[in-house]
Amino acid sequence: MSEMQAQEPQFDAIVVGAGPSGNAAAYVMASEGLNVLQIERGEYSGSKNVQGAILYADALEKIIPDFREDAPLERHVIEQRMWTMDDRSHTGVHYRSDDFNEEKPNRYTILRAQFDKWFNARVRAAGATVLFETTVTELVRDLSGKVIGVRTDRGGNPIMAPVVVLAEGVNGLVGQRSGLREEVKPGTVALALKEMHFLPREVIEARFNLSGNEGVVIEAMGTITKGMTGTGFLYTNEESISVGIGCIVDDFVEGGETPYGLLESFKNHPSIKPLLAGSEIKEYAAHLIPEGGYRAIPQLYGDGWLVVGDAGQFVNAVHREGSNLAMTTGRIAAETVVMLTRKREAMSRANLAIFAKRLEETFVMKDLKKYKGIPGLLHGGKAQFFGTYPRLISQAMQTWFRVDGVDKKSKEGAILRSFREARGWRGMMGDAFRLVRAWR
Amino acid sequence: MSEVAAIKVEEKLFSNRYLVDAGRPHIRVKPHQTPSRGLLAMTRLCPAGCYAQNESGQVEVSADGCVECGTCRIVTQGTGELEWNYPRGGFGVLYKFG
Repeated sequence: MSEMQAQEPQFDAIVVGAGPSGNAAAYVMASEGLNVLQIERGEYSGSKNVQGAILYADALEKIIPDFREDAPLERHVIEQRMWTMDDRSHTGVHYRSDDFNEEKPNRYTILRAQFDKWFNARVRAAGATVLFETTVTELVRDLSGKVIGVRTDRGGNPIMAPVVVLAEGVNGLVGQRSGLREEVKPGTVALALKEMHFLPREVIEARFNLSGNEGVVIEAMGTITKGMTGTGFLYTNEESISVGIGCIVDDFVEGGETPYGLLESFKNHPSIKPLLAGSEIKEYAAHLIPEGGYRAIPQLYGDGWLVVGDAGQFVNAVHREGSNLAMTTGRIAAETVVMLTRKREAMSRANLAIFAKRLEETFVMKDLKKYKGIPGLLHGGKAQFFGTYPRLISQAMQTWFRVDGVDKKSKEGAILRSFREARGWRGMMGDAFRLVRAWR
Repeated sequence: MSEVAAIKVEEKLFSNRYLVDAGRPHIRVKPHQTPSRGLLAMTRLCPAGCYAQNESGQVEVSADGCVECGTCRIVTQGTGELEWNYPRGGFGVLYKFG
């Protein structure tokens, strides 16, 4: 990190990264009249970004209320399928409602490369300057240690601003290497893989019982992750299906699976294969997802800097929410900077603490706090939660639904016995107790 | 890594777009005698199959097909075995759908 004597800042704020959190931050600050520079290493906003992807309207509405008019949206979600799977079956809880066919739908599937490009065009229209194909290499500090600018791989003089918003993603090198936050740990990030499977829209609509722009989301857990902590997913887009699977990196290191082998077997599962039949694969992506929850959240602010989005570990792994936390943290960071700029107050650690304080009052921190025990519980009990129980549930269902001359009372007995033998009453009580305690 | 898995991952990468920064790999493995457990695991774990073990036991990287997930950086943390940077601005994987 280089040290600089105080010199005139060229911008009111610099945003590192152009994903949902960086775009939200840059958009809000530029809209409020700040002179904003955003720096993105990709050819365009979205070219390095990967997500499932579901867009939660509420978080974006608070930034761009009329986004539906021209944002590239795929399908609005009318049905959620939650599956627990063993090797040959799935047991599902499905919720489908015509109420989701509303004037302003609540959730949409999106393609991030296209969506981020749109969002960033709005950032530029709001007046921000965006430098593409530029990687920020380090922060610049003054003699007191305050962050006062950045250096990039384009060389030349550092670019100066009183505050730097780090929206650099889960693997953000700038903040980690500058010691602003700890290195990401293999136990608190998941490696997720995704493929884009293209099919004619009529085929998707017939396969998933959809009409128009209606969409379905499938979230799955069970033996598909071969005993590792993780989940699989399948989302319907307009003319494609996003299918993927992810597990905690530590589990991958310990286990014997290849990530792509895991994805292949998920795609070939008898419950998934027919949904993808005949499709053409047009992209293969991998990305890390911060899944450590509340306990993994790093220091979020300091003299001249703020952290937003995945770089701050803002993902609710239980509800598969991330982009909405990213946009909300980006927006609130921006509002904090706007407020301090207008009051002509310093971008000091003490003043920027307002950002973290305001976050505490939002769903972001409330939800992460609520589930703070869940990541540890699932990781610690992965053998049960991703193996034993999914298998038992499937066996129970099969025993119950198969008509084979065995009376129902005996079937009930057999089901109870299978649970008791596999996990024991004590084990089950313990799991239930721990789950309830972690869920509260 | 089995032969079949190795072929499959290469096939997957064919659908992706890259702008390779020829002669300037963004990940390098430093000279070593015996790879750490984490580095060795990358021969199985890298989603783009960039890592392989040579005949004398060292792990080598060929980062042209890298999808920039960062798993290798995190898994080898603290070992000092990798020199890891993002590609220069504009280079590397270029997602069309993301």
